[in-house]
Amino acid sequence: MDNRKILISPVTRIEGHANITIELDDEGNVSDALFHVNEFRGFEKFCEGRMYTEMPTITPRICGICPTSHTLASVKACEMIQGIQPTYTANLLRRLMHIGQNLSSHALSFFHLSAPDFLLGYDYDPSKRNIIGIAEKHPDIAVRGIRLRKFGQELSERITGKKIHIMGIVPGGMAYPLTEENRKALLAWIPEAVQTVQMGIGIIKKFHEENFEMVNSFANSPTIYLGTVGPNGEHELYDGKLRFIDAEGKILQDQLLPQDYLNFIAERSVNWSYLKYPYYKPFGFEKGFYRVGPLARLNVADKMKTALAQKEFEHFKLINSDKPVHGAFYFHYARLIEALSDIEDAEKILNDPQVTSLHIQHHGRWNYNEGIGSSEAPRGTLFHHYKTDDTGKLTMVNLLIATGQNNPSMNRSVLEVAKQYVKGTDIKEGMLNRVESAIRCYDPCLSCSTHAVGQMPMVIEVKNKKGELLKKIERF
Amino acid sequence: MSLLDIDERILEVVKLADIVKSPIVDGKELVEVDIALVEGAITSDEHYEEILEIRKKAKTVVAMGDCAVMTNVTGMRNYFNLKDVFDTAYVNAISNDKEGQVPNHPSLLRLNEKVIPLQEVITVDFVIPGCPPHADTIFYVLNEFLNDRLPDLSKAKKLKYG
Repeated sequence: MDNRKILISPVTRIEGHANITIELDDEGNVSDALFHVNEFRGFEKFCEGRMYTEMPTITPRICGICPTSHTLASVKACEMIQGIQPTYTANLLRRLMHIGQNLSSHALSFFHLSAPDFLLGYDYDPSKRNIIGIAEKHPDIAVRGIRLRKFGQELSERITGKKIHIMGIVPGGMAYPLTEENRKALLAWIPEAVQTVQMGIGIIKKFHEENFEMVNSFANSPTIYLGTVGPNGEHELYDGKLRFIDAEGKILQDQLLPQDYLNFIAERSVNWSYLKYPYYKPFGFEKGFYRVGPLARLNVADKMKTALAQKEFEHFKLINSDKPVHGAFYFHYARLIEALSDIEDAEKILNDPQVTSLHIQHHGRWNYNEGIGSSEAPRGTLFHHYKTDDTGKLTMVNLLIATGQNNPSMNRSVLEVAKQYVKGTDIKEGMLNRVESAIRCYDPCLSCSTHAVGQMPMVIEVKNKKGELLKKIERF
Repeated sequence: MSLLDIDERILEVVKLADIVKSPIVDGKELVEVDIALVEGAITSDEHYEEILEIRKKAKTVVAMGDCAVMTNVTGMRNYFNLKDVFDTAYVNAISNDKEGQVPNHPSLLRLNEKVIPLQEVITVDFVIPGCPPHADTIFYVLNEFLNDRLPDLSKAKKLKYG
């Protein structure tokens, strides 16, 4: 018999457009899985010839969920080209903006996209397994989740006037100061935000307890991890150096400068995806696949910067007796611990007397031909690398995005879950969701399209090698 | 994503309407709807088919955001040859090893040489410009349509391009 193929298209409730092909062998067992990323826009080419100073405005358009991280990596590359540093206050405001984005993205990932599985169950009516369904059954949780995301977006809006694709972060600092009125309005959010995240932590812990076996066996193959840390090994999102650890937790390399990324990261294009497969260069392709994002950042960090988050972090470390936590399911918990840290950190920054200072920008000009910047997007480390001619026009642009770096592991997680849950052509609704949720754990941002509200139809085509349709299941 | 910036008002919207799906991604099996909010430009064979299908099934098509209205950043690649755009990312990128392949799997969508806005393919009934449009504008337009009124963008306070 010919090999059969199951096509799951589209993947629901991830922020983007992707398909999975699951290949079955003659016995109906899963032999391979290909995770197709169907999005390519060509920033690397079409930015050539433009002034480097346009990049902080163009590159946030790469993604509607992590625009601030792109802007930050971009202005850092611009600052390297100019040879200048932002002001103290500008750094505070950038941190706030970045916290806002991390918070709204994590709130979206947890409350809008993933909580329906935890609160309503994988096998719940698919037309209601979403934030609207939660609003019907647990209105308080839905509203709190929506408001947590709103707080994150408001951090952006109250500093630069925009929630998405912000414009106010410029080489050398910020274009807008924070007013006293806005500072107070943002501070007023803190208690509610802390409560909401702690409620989320309660939900996920309860789910861990009740589904102990699934959580611990779910897409749990060991990998190496990359994340940003501060000078003392503390968790960091905005401005630190890079650390790689192996699957056992041993530090492979520490305090790496993002500017040296080409020494430790390479990537390979593959024919089945528009997203490339990056790897840790010293270990080579496949062996060098690593993960980035909240789980990676918690695995590489020695400690959190704030008190409540540190307390949770200590619980997190117990999961695998101080070694890295590999189960993709723990991404959710890691995300909430980060959200807690974000809010505590935001409070600290908002109380800094310098935060409303008007000294927000150093002024520079073109000085060097090359700039590299990095930042920790909600879903992981990203790099921007620019080269210019002597007038500041870009001659080369290279972008390594966070979701790209998780791409090899997403593919592997899908294969693992498929092997565990999919058998033959007998496809049950709950099984499909588990394949999808293996991807959703990584919270990929594959484009700026939204899958967050409403029911997504699902079409599964079972095909043989010749492309003949053997079976088709439609879900509306 | 910008639709979510209407925050709690999403719960008001669902009182007046069933949000059946996000259209451009899942367009082929679209059920008949009253309003389709379409984000993004037409970049590939698949998007082209989907927007035709959406037009057939939706009473009102709203192009939401600058990509849908005029291609915006998505259309910046139109100044270059598509093959050069591919090669820059998949062959010549400074971080690439030399063993890769240019993506061409049958399950991938095929990109068109040029990116075009929605109205080059279908009749668009209403546009909401902005990158992204302000949440208040999105809510205003939705709320007017859902209450059987024709929105008037000159009344939307936070209207903008870019």
